[in-house]
Amino acid sequence: MSAQSDAAAPQPALPGRWQPAVTQDPMLRKHGAQGYGSLGQPVSRIDGPLKVQGKARFAAEFPYEGLCYAALAFSTIARGRITALDTAAAEAAPGVVLVMTHRNAPRMKAPSLMMSSPTAAGASDLPVMQNDEIHWNGQPIAVVLAETQEQADHAASLVTADYAPLPAVTSFDEARKTPRQLDNLLGQPPVVEIGDAEAALKGAAVQVDQIYRTPRHNHNAIELHAATVAWTGEELRVHDASQLLDLTAGQLADIFGLEADKVRVSSPYVGGGFGGKCLWDHQILACAAAKLAGRPVRIMLSREGVFRVVGGRTLTEQRVALGASADGRLDALIHTGIVAMTSHNSCPEQFTFPARHLYAAKTIRLAQEVADMDMLANTFMRAPGESVGTFALECAIDELAEKLGLDPIELRRRIEPDKDPTSGKPFSARHLIDAYDKGAERFGWNHRSPTPRQRRGGEWLIGMGCATATYPYHRFPGGAARIRLTAGGQVTVSTAVHDMGMGTATAQAQHIAARLGVPLTQVTFEYGDTSLPRGVIAGGSTQTASIGGAVIAATEVFVEELLKLAGNDSPLAGLSLAEVETRDGGIGHCDDAARFESYESILRRSGRDELVCEAEAPPPAEMEAFSMHSYGAQFCEVRVSEVTGEVRVSRFLGSFDAGRILNAKTATSQFKGGIIMGIGLALTEETNFDPRTGRIVNASLAEYHVPVQMDVPAIEILYTDIPDPQAPMGARGIGEIGITGVGAAVANAVYNATGKRIRDLPITLDKLM
Amino acid sequence: MGNALMNFTINGQSVEVEADIRSSLLDLLRNSLGFTGTKKGCDQGACGACTVLVDGERINSCLALAVQYQGRSITTVEGLGIDGALHPLQQAFVEHDGFQCGYCTPGQLCSAVGMAGEIERNIPSVVTADLAADSVAIDERELRERMSGNLCRCGAYNGIIEAISETLVKTPASSQERVRA
Repeated sequence: MSAQSDAAAPQPALPGRWQPAVTQDPMLRKHGAQGYGSLGQPVSRIDGPLKVQGKARFAAEFPYEGLCYAALAFSTIARGRITALDTAAAEAAPGVVLVMTHRNAPRMKAPSLMMSSPTAAGASDLPVMQNDEIHWNGQPIAVVLAETQEQADHAASLVTADYAPLPAVTSFDEARKTPRQLDNLLGQPPVVEIGDAEAALKGAAVQVDQIYRTPRHNHNAIELHAATVAWTGEELRVHDASQLLDLTAGQLADIFGLEADKVRVSSPYVGGGFGGKCLWDHQILACAAAKLAGRPVRIMLSREGVFRVVGGRTLTEQRVALGASADGRLDALIHTGIVAMTSHNSCPEQFTFPARHLYAAKTIRLAQEVADMDMLANTFMRAPGESVGTFALECAIDELAEKLGLDPIELRRRIEPDKDPTSGKPFSARHLIDAYDKGAERFGWNHRSPTPRQRRGGEWLIGMGCATATYPYHRFPGGAARIRLTAGGQVTVSTAVHDMGMGTATAQAQHIAARLGVPLTQVTFEYGDTSLPRGVIAGGSTQTASIGGAVIAATEVFVEELLKLAGNDSPLAGLSLAEVETRDGGIGHCDDAARFESYESILRRSGRDELVCEAEAPPPAEMEAFSMHSYGAQFCEVRVSEVTGEVRVSRFLGSFDAGRILNAKTATSQFKGGIIMGIGLALTEETNFDPRTGRIVNASLAEYHVPVQMDVPAIEILYTDIPDPQAPMGARGIGEIGITGVGAAVANAVYNATGKRIRDLPITLDKLM
Repeated sequence: MGNALMNFTINGQSVEVEADIRSSLLDLLRNSLGFTGTKKGCDQGACGACTVLVDGERINSCLALAVQYQGRSITTVEGLGIDGALHPLQQAFVEHDGFQCGYCTPGQLCSAVGMAGEIERNIPSVVTADLAADSVAIDERELRERMSGNLCRCGAYNGIIEAISETLVKTPASSQERVRA
């Protein structure tokens, strides 16, 4: 965070260079649609043909000579010590190569908590299989390696353990009795107070004051977490399913005491991530076991193993209290609450973040605490904070609108702020009300009755609801990009980023084609491998803008190098970076069409086969200077059976303001995918945690209900496509915003249909009976 | 618990392999034979990622003991294409963005092909209104029900239905409009 603060200081002007917060991405200057080539067009996924043929190779699909298979045994208590560990039967089982426990595991440093240092990737900072301590129910206690998966699975079932249990906090009700205030909430203050909100609430003409609850969730990407790892001497090769490649490599190097460049991690295809495909114990254990065995190892967690070893979203209990004047202005906005966490991780599910930026209020109080439990470290899951925070806030807004006798969209119009309500910073771009107006018209919002229970079809009560979606813009520093141009005009841009299905490779190829003025067919985007220039993580909807920043920087070097190579015999002679633009496969004067030379011509004249340039993105000063967020308006129609209480989402529309859209097809899929995960959050998803034992009891896809085809309605997506002047390409992130607001839109629709406010997710039928 | 020599026809080719008799068809395909196009998502029949076709019918290969499928004709995603070209459904998945990460995709494809066969054979589903009809009336709801055994966590469901509607199972235009909306 300190690097970002320094970046906010004014820097000397560098003509032609992008200065975040001061100048725009020069690409936004390009005139007319022609200059953008395929940017924004619905180009089909570049990796599509590979994926539909089953030829995209995932982490568990890399063959190695002498490969052995891993299986894990898990603890059955939440806290204590292992007093006896019997591995003899497992070791004697057919095909077993070895059994690794804390007794014979290589000595390893503990991971460091993610964000605690530039190479930290740990989801927790507990040592991994280094001692007899148990910290959660389901902690791996043994790794079995065998010649086949069947042999490993069987042998792992033969490992037995005795424990000396210690008192464990496995009940949230117990844990919350001793709440803890964090020093900071992902770099933001944990408490925000503007005026005396409690007093203003008491004095307000109209009040809403409610408690909302959201349960634990698991990402449940369909690809099971997996890694194929191999040592060559002191060099470690990891084929991972990862959304943080460079951090994983750096953290593994640290754990095993290796030089950073001795660890190579690649992950060209990831079968879904959503925040869950980070560094957990299984990769570390696979590397350790491979070292111990002297053989390559493949680990693929069972679905139960995913629930035991890979954390999910934690539960929240949130209070939202709104005080308003009769004309619908907020006198008080209070959003407080508590989440379950552990003492060995730092992932506070920042549910108060939406309220920091969404609405104007005379007084504001935002505060959140954590309750420490003895459980698997919770982690980031699609729109951490915002997904569940918007559920509470946007339900409360709906409740307030009803009390005020206002349409909920009209209420939001009246509390629309003209600057960031808590930071006071200007918005870089904000078109939330536009998104509402367009969405409302298209959805037929005017057909909604403000009074519940007014529409029905047979046994089905029909209702509509809406809610605001929001997610912050972030651009992570530290990413670099390399541009390689060949004399034949082929462009390859390389950076160690990720495409877990977001469409990164396709959208970035379009971006690069547009930025460099070359046809899409001449662009290759290389990613997914730490041997490439350092990339940013795929998290927090940051990757697109972060890559953009690096590519801008690399393009500046690229153009300057080409201008040098062009020399005095070129129509470009004497021109500087500030005076030229890339277009039509070359460089031209911004205002003089005649002064142009193609890349190929420059390379040919200078006798070069290729030009390679690399640069690192400038620090994200725009985040310091502006309040930058994506917004959206979610509209939902539900049908609720009066007989069974069953809720069916019958229509959905998401209207988004996320800056420029780089690929209409893949972006629409991102929005829809987020909405569908939001439907799961609203109606079916819940990780059931046994408060007596601390064990997750529905550790399977049969009992954790993600939305299936039949749960999904027609979904319409609208977007403003208005470029954000402060963001690279004008594009803010779109990966997370789709899920935000969905829980509230569904709950508000359920209220409109039935007259019942459900403030406790998921909205299962028992709550409506 | 030993090994056995087993014989299969996979994607039209005879295959002989020695494997652990406990091997599921899924693990046999992936680990012993290198057909990694077939995916493991739960290993307990809950997600459909492992769907393959056996004599044209779709099964969850994770729930199938390989040894029981000897002599049968097994088609995996690698065998869907025709003469090296994409199957029309594969092409339609690309065009309609019927996937994001691509991990559930092989199972979705095999499942859809198997489902089309079930519809041709006039097999009703739980949402079929008229069980006595000469041919099941297929609409979007029928397709969604019949494809509900294949989970997609990325949420590409609507693109999947569009792709199937366009190629394998024609649905009434009004129904397709609704999906596309």
